[in-house]
Amino acid sequence: MTQNKSTSRVTGVNGNLVSVAFADAVTQNEVAYVMPEDGSRLKAEVIRVRGREADLQVFESTTGVKVGDPVEFTSQLLSVELGPGLLTQVYDGLQNPLPELAKQAGYFLKKGVYIYPLDQEKTWDYTPVAKVGDVLTASETVGTVPEGIFTHRIMVPFAWQGSWTITWTIEPGQYNIKTVVAKATDGTRERDITMTQTWPVKIPIKAYQDRLLPRDPLITQVRSIDTFFPVAKGGTFCTPGPFGAGKTVLQHALSQRSEVDVVIVAACGERAGEVVEILREFPHLEDPRTGRHLIDRTIIVCNTSSMPVAAREASIYTSVTLAEYYRQMGLHSLLLADSTSRWAQALREESGRLEEIPGEEAFPAYLESLVAGFYERAGLVQLKDGNLGSITICGAVSPAGGNFEEPVTQATLKVVGSFLALSRDRANARRYPAIHPLDSWSKYNSIVPEEKVSVARNLIRAGNDVDQMMKVVGEEGTPTSDFVTYLKSEFLDSVYLQQNTFDPIDSACGAQRQEYVFDKILEVINKTFDFPDKNEARSYFQNLRQSFIDWNYCPWQTDAFKEQEARIDNMLKEVR
Amino acid sequence: MKKIYNRIIQISGNVITVEADNVANQELAEVKSPQGTSLAQVIRLDKSRVYLQVFAGSRGISTDSEVRFLGHPMRVSASDALLGRIFTGNGSPRDNGPELTDNFIDIGGPSVNPANRIIPKNMIRTGLPMIDIFNTLVESQKLPIFSVAGEPYNELLARIAMQAEVDIIILGGMGLKYDDYLYFRETLDKQGALSRTVMFIHTASDPIVECLLVPDLALAAAEYFATEKNQRVLVLLTDMTNFCDALKEIAITMEQIPSNRGYPGDLYSQLAARYEKAVDFETAGSITVLAVTTMPGDDVTHPVPDNTGYITEGQFYLVNGRIEPFGSLSRLKQQVNSETRADHRALMDNMIRLYAEYKESVEKQSMGFRMSDWDNKLLKYGSLFEARMMDLNVNIPLEEALDLGWKTLAECFTPAETGIKTDLVKQFWPK
Repeated sequence: MTQNKSTSRVTGVNGNLVSVAFADAVTQNEVAYVMPEDGSRLKAEVIRVRGREADLQVFESTTGVKVGDPVEFTSQLLSVELGPGLLTQVYDGLQNPLPELAKQAGYFLKKGVYIYPLDQEKTWDYTPVAKVGDVLTASETVGTVPEGIFTHRIMVPFAWQGSWTITWTIEPGQYNIKTVVAKATDGTRERDITMTQTWPVKIPIKAYQDRLLPRDPLITQVRSIDTFFPVAKGGTFCTPGPFGAGKTVLQHALSQRSEVDVVIVAACGERAGEVVEILREFPHLEDPRTGRHLIDRTIIVCNTSSMPVAAREASIYTSVTLAEYYRQMGLHSLLLADSTSRWAQALREESGRLEEIPGEEAFPAYLESLVAGFYERAGLVQLKDGNLGSITICGAVSPAGGNFEEPVTQATLKVVGSFLALSRDRANARRYPAIHPLDSWSKYNSIVPEEKVSVARNLIRAGNDVDQMMKVVGEEGTPTSDFVTYLKSEFLDSVYLQQNTFDPIDSACGAQRQEYVFDKILEVINKTFDFPDKNEARSYFQNLRQSFIDWNYCPWQTDAFKEQEARIDNMLKEVR
Repeated sequence: MKKIYNRIIQISGNVITVEADNVANQELAEVKSPQGTSLAQVIRLDKSRVYLQVFAGSRGISTDSEVRFLGHPMRVSASDALLGRIFTGNGSPRDNGPELTDNFIDIGGPSVNPANRIIPKNMIRTGLPMIDIFNTLVESQKLPIFSVAGEPYNELLARIAMQAEVDIIILGGMGLKYDDYLYFRETLDKQGALSRTVMFIHTASDPIVECLLVPDLALAAAEYFATEKNQRVLVLLTDMTNFCDALKEIAITMEQIPSNRGYPGDLYSQLAARYEKAVDFETAGSITVLAVTTMPGDDVTHPVPDNTGYITEGQFYLVNGRIEPFGSLSRLKQQVNSETRADHRALMDNMIRLYAEYKESVEKQSMGFRMSDWDNKLLKYGSLFEARMMDLNVNIPLEEALDLGWKTLAECFTPAETGIKTDLVKQFWPK
């Protein structure tokens, strides 16, 4: 119910926080519109109610808002529109389609312009699945439409409670999203089902049978992740690191190479330029798994750093809700949130304006529970039809000063299953990806058997010990055997952990190739070398490294690959 | 004519509070006091109380000073008449020229729709190998120079501005020493660039609030030239740390809860709103932002450089008069350095990696350890690298610099020791 416009009025403005004296009742987190004199309607969300006054966070700049401006309440929680046509879209944090907005408003983001997120004209090839008389519950399939490579399920709206008997279905054919495709009754009333439904973003969709333990690895084609610090489908991981450590480059690599069905890129409070790269390149990049373009499996939600802060907070929830929607179709989705620290900062700004008692570094005291609530929306689920669907969440964290002791990193570490620590030292030495092999950890299963990985892990640790020791006693004071251990660990680092993300071959290292190459590396690690002196050892490993790097640039299983392998085998035979 | 209010109920720091109605958020007002007239801006509304930030500071304002609201937010006159002119932080002329009054545009406008941006594609050549090879500057990039007091950052800024091929230069000076202002004006004049330059200068002795307006004025003017005139604009902002300190001052006055070392919680958003104005359009011009951020206590984890680093597309560290290879970064270099020459990327990565190893050898040497053959090679390489690549006096085109890179490697190492792909070595290794 819409309240009378004349009765709710602005009483104060502080940044993007607007206080409103309201007349009847308001709901916490409901959407309202502030209507300044220039005729625009500024979307806002109720975040606090005190007496007869509600505090609204406005998703736009509040320049020009006056005390006494009317406010309209909608009684709706902040929601997204779900339906066919979400894939390939570029949205802002409130699900406004940005390309469409550009057509209407020009170069700049005009405030107060909101556009329906889906194409309402486009027709879809609808096939009914449920028949008249079928009894369905929320999230069960009513019909399907093809969306790109996927079969997009039209489902009983997630918000419908109880059992619904289908009373009518439409014939197969071409319809737009607003066409009523079926009707259903729960015994007391009959309701229409269209191809779209809305869902409040801050509430997880729970219309599934069971939550399961994530088991299967999510292949990212990044060697140090898949082999050493793996991620499972339905798991969570985070990539904290100081600026310049390669968080965004890593996220881009993941968005391109990960073997999942749907990728949601949530550019939350980061640089606009980074989104543009995805925006402009994905329509042209081929997805090797499907032969179609990468954009066909991607949704971009971007609320970059200069866009309104309150919408930044919403963008994280918008993204995860979209991921949940595709999960409900039995698909595996990956949500890349870059960066959750900017989201936390948006919470902090809001909390500050509300004059709440601050927690550590002025972040709100409830930060941890919000972070946990967000990552808990990941998971592997069994749907009502028995199929599996999952959401994997990767959160980039941008700790102030690169210090992992800060509240956002700590809150994140408590709830994720894998921690990829990006290190400034590695980045400075151009050792990319800068995932630190000693600081990072993962609770998921690797594609390589654990006993093999632990050999490599121990070597890295031992190599690091020798390196530390050499800093004290010098190279001359180090036994040659220790020195070889050090060289071996450096070798493993340069040819396996390091990966050139800008090279088309090296950047995409499939699971099979990883297992194969890793075995060859183990051969080197397990081999006992007997070098007369350190210089000879060093130069041998430099040559070996060179051959392996060249090998990494050869396409998998080609003649060049085999020839280079033969060369390496010879090098290994040469020494004893 | 708007109503005049003359009952000021609170004066605290540079913020005054007056009871008034029908006032819009961010609206401008004129405050008349015995000390003269100053502009002020609405920063908060609470029922009938209006909080105003007085540009000239609150000194001399009395409780019965007159406040007249102007009915519009802060604006700048945008036209070609700006060119060659110098303004203060509140937008009034500093150069005895006439006041500009036509085509006013609001400052601090909305952000560019990301869907309208294009991937940057033009390299900006500077003649400095440390930039051109290792951290290529790209049109529409936003990039700060991280430095400390005493380093020649303003000289570096001026040099890049003079060598860069852009249509218009806009200089925003915040807390600038008067001498530095004169230096910029002289340098631009000497090079004949003054007629395509606009300056918004807040000097160290000007009222602190005006410092806050400088980036917005400069960037609003830049947006005008880029979108209306399709021109390539280079915006120079020095020193952004002063801007942040002004933000801190206002936040504390407004009794906001500080987040880190007294800076407000929205420091990141405030900085981003400015830096993100850097843009390249398909059908219009571009804005490139080069800024200076002095690091208090040479500490990169200080909130100002830290937040800046997360926003900008890289940074140049200026230490001991040289651009440091470690930490310095251009995030956009990948967009252009595949087009320059086939060996550019490999040379860039491996020369830096070897320089890092050189640093380790230097450390070992300083601790008195015996130098191995490999260490000696690295020591030779390192000193050549510093002289040929890092020295700010070197001024050579990119291609020459790349050749010099290969020459340096060949003088010190065998091809396998460099870690460069074999096919590149075959093509470029000096015979």
